[in-house]
Amino acid sequence: MLEVFKLLMIAMLTSNVVFSLPYGVCSYLGVSKSKKSAVGMGFALTFVAVLASIICYLLNKLLVLWNIEYMSTLCFILVVASVVQFVEMFIKKFSPSLYKSLGIYLPLITTNCVVLYICKQVVDMDALLGGLSLTNSIGGEFGDFIFMLVYSIGTALGFFLALYIFSVLRERLQNAPIPKGFSGVAVGLLCTAIMAMIFMNGLVGIF
Amino acid sequence: MKKDGKLATFVNPLIRENAILVNLLGMCPVLGITTSLNNALGMGVAVIMVLFFTNTFISLIRKWVPNEVRIPVFIVIIASFVTMVEYLMKAFTPDLASSLGLFIPMITVNCIILGRAEAFASKNGVVDSMLDGLGTGIGFLISCLILAFFRELLGTGGFTIRNPFNNELLFSFLPFAEYKMPIFVQSSGAFMMFGLILGVFYCIRMMMDEHKKEKAKKEAALKKEAENGAPVKEVK
Repeated sequence: MLEVFKLLMIAMLTSNVVFSLPYGVCSYLGVSKSKKSAVGMGFALTFVAVLASIICYLLNKLLVLWNIEYMSTLCFILVVASVVQFVEMFIKKFSPSLYKSLGIYLPLITTNCVVLYICKQVVDMDALLGGLSLTNSIGGEFGDFIFMLVYSIGTALGFFLALYIFSVLRERLQNAPIPKGFSGVAVGLLCTAIMAMIFMNGLVGIF
Repeated sequence: MKKDGKLATFVNPLIRENAILVNLLGMCPVLGITTSLNNALGMGVAVIMVLFFTNTFISLIRKWVPNEVRIPVFIVIIASFVTMVEYLMKAFTPDLASSLGLFIPMITVNCIILGRAEAFASKNGVVDSMLDGLGTGIGFLISCLILAFFRELLGTGGFTIRNPFNNELLFSFLPFAEYKMPIFVQSSGAFMMFGLILGVFYCIRMMMDEHKKEKAKKEAALKKEAENGAPVKEVK
């Protein structure tokens, strides 16, 4: 159980997907203009990432069986695109109010690196856990599945956390006296650098 | 600086409409792999190849693709070309491919490629799309190299260049190795350096715009004087 919790914390904090290996920076900078849109994007992305990674994990078993692993990028991006489409249709049908708040962020997720990154990572759980110096404590296929689920949830929540913190910072930065050329994205990137130092170098000793 | 025709489609995306510095698209690989000039060059060449071929191919088939399914079709085309480039790199430049790692398959979801396919190649002819792909790719390479230059200089204290095909050491110049700041090789340094470069770039652009405005004002004043019968001065 401890290993599972450790993996969740590592994926969320110390090897945060935005700060430690910059993935998803486009939507991180693009959707962080207000708190509300950050929360919407975060929820939508977490949902899509978890669903897509489960499908990709199972699909990869088929690809290995048929010996066509070189098709993985192509298959995974199609899975991501169709999951996004499916979720959009599903939400539109069953919860129009949720669709109103999440709807515009859903198409953006297709070109978000985070989802494809998670899908690409979870297909090789041994390498992933080995890289983080963890072991599959539950054991077997079932353990792999649990760890994969936790990893995808943790990584997506890490993106959510980074996006939310940055959107709060950005609302403050709008009123700050910043030299003209540096206002907007440039100063946002400098703030991100400080946050990255905190997440990567500051929290790394805890887990 | 504004040019028309074929040359403009190639020259404009280099600096004026640079996808990274001006439009802020597709920054993940730029921040991720610019730890050394070698990696930046490798990634830049990969992106140029993918952009060139996808732009060409998409503009070739643009008339047969129905409007409703164009995004999935583009993504499939992009993913196939990225897979080809990935396996080519794994075969011919294995060390470079392993140091770039997952960033090569991630070119698939790079906003620049889908953005150019959607905004340019699906609307323009083949030759224009080829030139646009090349120009945008070289613009990406330029911004990668700028960032990698400063990061490698500060992070390792100099430059080390290896032959990508056989990993042979070609060139090593480390005068400041004792004063290196390893944080610039990490991702937090990437954010910091890119923020600074972006800020300086915007400042220069603003200064240039102001300069242009003043020049135009002066020229207009001179013209007015000439019309009013005052002695005509030469305009530089």
